[in-house]
Amino acid sequence: MKLYQLTINQAKEGLKKKEFSVKELVESCLEQIKKLNPKLNAFITVCEEEAFRQAEEADKRIRNSQSVIRNLPLFGIPIAVKDLFCTQGIRTTAASKVLENYISVYDATVIRKLKEAGAIIIGKTNCDAWAHGSSGENSDFGPTKNPFDETRVPGGSSSGSAVAVATGMSLAATGTDTGGSIRLPAAFCGVVGLKPTYGRVSRFGIIAMASSLDSIGHFTKSVEDSALILNVTAGKDPYDATTPPFKVPNYLKNLKKELKEIKVGVPKEYFIKGMAEEIEQQTLLAIKKLERLGAKIVDISLPHTKYAVATYYIIQPAEVSSNLARYDGIRYGFGREKFGDEAKRRIMLGTYTLSAGYYEAYYLKAMRVRTLIRKDFVGAFEKVQAIVAPVSPTLPFKLGEKTQDPLKMYLSDIFTIPANLAGLPALSLPIGFVNNLPVGIQILGPQFSEELLFRIGYALEQEEKNEK
Amino acid sequence: MSNIKCQMSNLSREEVRHIAKLARLKLTEEEVEKFQQQLSEVLDYIEVLNELETKDIEPTAQVTGLENVFREDEVTPSLEPRQALSCAPAKGGNFFKTGVVLEK
Repeated sequence: MKLYQLTINQAKEGLKKKEFSVKELVESCLEQIKKLNPKLNAFITVCEEEAFRQAEEADKRIRNSQSVIRNLPLFGIPIAVKDLFCTQGIRTTAASKVLENYISVYDATVIRKLKEAGAIIIGKTNCDAWAHGSSGENSDFGPTKNPFDETRVPGGSSSGSAVAVATGMSLAATGTDTGGSIRLPAAFCGVVGLKPTYGRVSRFGIIAMASSLDSIGHFTKSVEDSALILNVTAGKDPYDATTPPFKVPNYLKNLKKELKEIKVGVPKEYFIKGMAEEIEQQTLLAIKKLERLGAKIVDISLPHTKYAVATYYIIQPAEVSSNLARYDGIRYGFGREKFGDEAKRRIMLGTYTLSAGYYEAYYLKAMRVRTLIRKDFVGAFEKVQAIVAPVSPTLPFKLGEKTQDPLKMYLSDIFTIPANLAGLPALSLPIGFVNNLPVGIQILGPQFSEELLFRIGYALEQEEKNEK
Repeated sequence: MSNIKCQMSNLSREEVRHIAKLARLKLTEEEVEKFQQQLSEVLDYIEVLNELETKDIEPTAQVTGLENVFREDEVTPSLEPRQALSCAPAKGGNFFKTGVVLEK
């Protein structure tokens, strides 16, 4: 086994036992980047020198005191960062030419926490510009390719982060999920993706897309690693007033508990006409496994699901148009003429639906339907503790397949958007392959139920492993 | 798709130009045409919400349930002018330089 193939947990064990140094671990990931990035285009910026310097520093600290590995949960772990997170002294582009030359002057709260936990930033990953997209193709720095088939998309918007973790260019990566931007690429690249509850993780220092929906999460190779990172990133931040003061549990504590008596709902609205048959089969297979593990499977209904995409395409562009209004090219970055097509579409759509005479017909209407969608979930969670559903109705699609038809692209997020509208946590998990392409499933729960989602995800993951 | 296009919300070119102006975006004529078609399609899709009666439903603006989040009014460290200006394309002293906005 090569070092870049390790999970965080395995890497920590290896470092503890002195089987390898932090420098060797970082080197292994950087070699993967050199080998694969020219083809896959997962990184916009690689921080080679800085990562090496930090790795050497880390090895020195280990020589002084071995306990540093035990005390810092991510000590010496190379992590990739979506290029939407501000990283002091490192360029942050949002994958847009507008910010091509922007060097952040401070760290996002999440970046500060990751650094304090000992993580090493290995680079900034490619994504759809401003996180607008479901395929990664809206990047102004060229599309990222799916490592399982380079003619296909890796999913977006956090395309580069998913690919980095899938190929071992980093052991974990950060992402943002406003309508599925973590869960879809996780499913398309066969890695674990967490979209936490809205407000669980601070948004401070992360370029805003749609502020009432943006959720800050991450990609890992295992459910355990995902829980480990949330332990670091979750919690109240005085710089983000939407982070509630709720206690952050130790997400690793109940990870390995049995699933006996847990009721898991299967919503009928997520098995629709037009969904790829193989995906439906894989999903049902995973549900069977949950049942074998002791979960009680319950049929449920979320009747307003079919209105989620329309609701989202009013609320999200409205918030986008307001958030992108700040890019004036006066204080930093270039002017508005550098916005790409997708940003222009969303800015205009939002400007239109918010403009005088249209606000009630569009924005207010959407906010009311958002209530109905939330209430669907509230009702469901009176009957079940969690919900399982497919992440995407299709396998990773071909590059270029949807780029000329924005509406078709928007519909890729049909199964992921409801969790954002309701502010719920959702864990995207690989459950197998169809035609050598990964398939994912998502587990959703009530607000702040990440601990349970990890527990269900872990049980399912172990079951998948045992089968191999 | 063809019968969908017949009943489309039909944003006019003039409206597209007006929205672009409000949003401070400069569009070429080709873009006006492209966006007119694409945005009309999305607006048309959104019409599906009119199937729902929502008159008595409370709107959801945010999902945290938090209200009136306050903090102590204390001075904390923030960016130095030098840092705040570090990416400015044009500056003079401790200020950003912009083009003239108001004419005499």
